[in-house]
Amino acid sequence: MSAKADRELLGKLYRLMLGIRLAEEKIVELYPTDKIQSPIHLSIGQEAVSAGLALAMGEADRLYGTYRGHGPYIALGGDLKKLFAELYGKDTGCARGKGGSMHLVAPEAGLMGCSAIVASTIPIATGHALASQMRGRRYAVLSLFGDGGVDEGVFFESVNFAVLKNLPIVYVLENNRYAIHSTVPDRHKQTELFRIAEGLGLRGERFDGNDASNVYATAKRAIDAVRAGSVPALLEYTTYRWREHVGSQEDYAAAYRAPGEREEALAHDPLQITRKALIEAGASPVELDGWRSQVLQEVEEAVRFAEQSPSPAPGRLLADVYASR
Amino acid sequence: MKTLNYGQAIHRALEFAMEKDPSVFVMGIGVDDHKAVFGTTKGLLEKFGRERVFDTPISEGAMTGVAVGAALGGMRPVHIHIRSDFLYLAMDQLLNMAAKWRSMFGGAASVPIVVRAVIGRSWGQGAQHSQSLQSLIAHVPGIKVGMPTTPADAQQMLLAAIADPNPVVLFEHRLLYDIVGELPEPDWAVEFKRAVVRRPGKDLTIVANSYMAVEALKAAEFLQEHGIEAEIVDPVTVVPLDEAVILGSIRKTGRLIVIDTSWTFCGVSAEIAALAAEKAFSSLKQPVLRLGMQPTPCPVSKPLENLFYPNAGTIADAAFKMMERRSPELRAPVLTHAFKGPF
Repeated sequence: MSAKADRELLGKLYRLMLGIRLAEEKIVELYPTDKIQSPIHLSIGQEAVSAGLALAMGEADRLYGTYRGHGPYIALGGDLKKLFAELYGKDTGCARGKGGSMHLVAPEAGLMGCSAIVASTIPIATGHALASQMRGRRYAVLSLFGDGGVDEGVFFESVNFAVLKNLPIVYVLENNRYAIHSTVPDRHKQTELFRIAEGLGLRGERFDGNDASNVYATAKRAIDAVRAGSVPALLEYTTYRWREHVGSQEDYAAAYRAPGEREEALAHDPLQITRKALIEAGASPVELDGWRSQVLQEVEEAVRFAEQSPSPAPGRLLADVYASR
Repeated sequence: MKTLNYGQAIHRALEFAMEKDPSVFVMGIGVDDHKAVFGTTKGLLEKFGRERVFDTPISEGAMTGVAVGAALGGMRPVHIHIRSDFLYLAMDQLLNMAAKWRSMFGGAASVPIVVRAVIGRSWGQGAQHSQSLQSLIAHVPGIKVGMPTTPADAQQMLLAAIADPNPVVLFEHRLLYDIVGELPEPDWAVEFKRAVVRRPGKDLTIVANSYMAVEALKAAEFLQEHGIEAEIVDPVTVVPLDEAVILGSIRKTGRLIVIDTSWTFCGVSAEIAALAAEKAFSSLKQPVLRLGMQPTPCPVSKPLENLFYPNAGTIADAAFKMMERRSPELRAPVLTHAFKGPF
């Protein structure tokens, strides 16, 4: 890659990560006001995974996510105004106020849906990959889940089927070290989770998930390969959840975390890693700070939009339960 | 008009749908084997190929999710379960995902999947090959539930289900498979909301679904011999429920017996009794009576199994009781069906 292309790519990744970080910091600021009355699961500290995946995906590719959905939603280019409106439960939200933080959706941007039930979108992503295959395999499907996702039976059932049918799917295991307050060794003898479905024929690899350009390169290779007919892949990205499982607070003092994790996290801050690389590639700190102000302005506009948007009318309560023919 | 049995009618609907719409495909355990799910998928593999007719791993949960995802990707899957008891394994995908997808995402997408599930009865099907899960599914908004009784229902409701943009579960009773009936031409346009008056009568209303409608019709013949005219109403769609036809009959006769293929507690029979209480209370001359499976897992032993299910005899007894008459010494004839097991 040329130096210019490299810098451009890093710039895009950094912009996407700034979008996630600053939007979520705003959410942290707003949450105690109770304007957002819905459980939130923040992606702060894990921005590189979403940003890398989003850039690696082609326009027609699709992604299914989890309740920790702000990251993928923003990175994929979901409308920021619709995100905040959804958090506020407004009619202008991406799910018209019916979904909230845990059920983000932006089909126009490739995000098909997010679910609050662990691993529940894994078989659905697999089925969407089946549809892709039946219709000529023109796009790949990504199934994004956490390290708790591989605890569920449907993960193994889905992988078995995907491998059997050679579906165009990439399973992305975003390992943030904790399933709520439980560590991987608490729940698995096989702690190298990327190997966990090897017996089913799923090839897995583990990568540093805090380096966005690394996520991008490895994900792009895998996505391009399955689109071209290669067998399904599992990518495990190691990263770290900075905040509590659900809610806006830090919980470094809680017993499930090890001492020194906060310092370790800050030393591997995905934004700083990419910022450093960008500056090494010739970007000026002033330029990057300019982006920051720009993103902050977009976030403020989105919040304003959410606050000024109407709540769903009473008539919306029973709407959309059934589709009509 | 064509005369076919229930299984053949399902086959006819599947073949028609697959011919007309290339996005329709059929999957499930055994759909491509020599038994072809009681013949309902026979020859489809040869005609439409392995891509559109395939056996699945024994993974009801994930495969239901696969159907949901395929539907979101533009396909029209029909997922078949040879016994409905296995649907318990698919509940998360059916009720947390398929049923909620549209509403949860503010109408962003619909999930047009069809699930066919066969209810077993007799020949020792036992605790786990005999269950009717309609009320469990029907409890949760966002999913439709049907119970076709006749071959014509089987054909038209399957087509209506495939054409429907919502998730639909169809419960097919094993004992209905050998029933023969006349079929109209296959029709996409059938509405998925229907209750059928199987037999008119003025003295009391018996609302009975699926195979219980067949037993109820047998009971009605016997009752007629004893001067009682029972009206048999068969709500072939549980969701949406055709309230108008049911209420119309209750208002006419003033008496209601409800019979469901499942347990009574919190079941479809309870729902229909509640409907009568809420919307036709002033028409009722007597308290509603309900019949269903006894409150225990289904036993294998034949004498116990006979006690476990309602039949034409117990239905007739309930009707005599409701008409404040003693049951005659001679019992209503036991229904004979061709089913001789093992499955």
